[in-house]
Amino acid sequence: MNRLTRENRDADRTQTEQLIAPPASVIEAGDGYTLELEMPGVTKDGLDISVENNELTIVGRRSLPKIEGQLIHHESRPGNFQRTFELDPSIDGDKISAKIEQGLVTLTLPKAEHVKPRKITVS
Amino acid sequence: MSLIRYQAPELTPWSASDRWSTLRDELNSFFELPFRAGFARAGQLFTGWSPALDLYQNTDNIVAVVELPGMRREDIEISLHDGTLTISGERKHESTNGDKAERTERYVGSFRRSIALPTRVDANKVSATYRDGILTVTLPKAEEVKPKQIQVS
Repeated sequence: MNRLTRENRDADRTQTEQLIAPPASVIEAGDGYTLELEMPGVTKDGLDISVENNELTIVGRRSLPKIEGQLIHHESRPGNFQRTFELDPSIDGDKISAKIEQGLVTLTLPKAEHVKPRKITVS
Repeated sequence: MSLIRYQAPELTPWSASDRWSTLRDELNSFFELPFRAGFARAGQLFTGWSPALDLYQNTDNIVAVVELPGMRREDIEISLHDGTLTISGERKHESTNGDKAERTERYVGSFRRSIALPTRVDANKVSATYRDGILTVTLPKAEEVKPKQIQVS
């Protein structure tokens, strides 16, 4: 039925800057969704979340610790993070909230009141 | 004989169940990433979680920088044995009943990374900080391997 957040990869392609798509997890609970994105090195100030035309875009600009010396073993990928999702119509775009803790962004996307399951009592 | 170009079959709408779309996304992202990065992630597909590790060297220290987003300080373990630095830990699965995973790209569970250090370090002076999901381990070089100025008398 409802696919929460369909990813919009085409939106990413228009960017010229080398951006990393961070790993994301989406969990559906009864009254909404939780979206988690891994953005190590991003602080609250470097995080930019926007909703436009039913598209949710999360940008994370990193402020990495400056280490003096020569890099002798390298695995990390430099660059900032960006990922775009298409919001499911059931999500109330005005009520999205976010937090970042140790490089993990957690977005809470509540469903709009009219789509929440409700019990109807028989009178 | 003529060669016919291989055409990827169109994904049929009914296969867009959660599991398949996740796999499809994973494959798509594999092809979209630059080769080296894609290769690194392909490794993760089979071995689980393997956080990126960078190692720096300067006159006084060896510094290891590991990307560990969303961990708790107490779940990270750092050990030094025989010139090998090992960083291990576990990310716990936080889920309550009734929740349904729509997309799972984050790895949960334990990880272990070991790296041989290029020089001897002073094990008693190793320090570590964990900030914004990045673990920085500073390992001061042992006195005997540090460069020394010798005064000519």
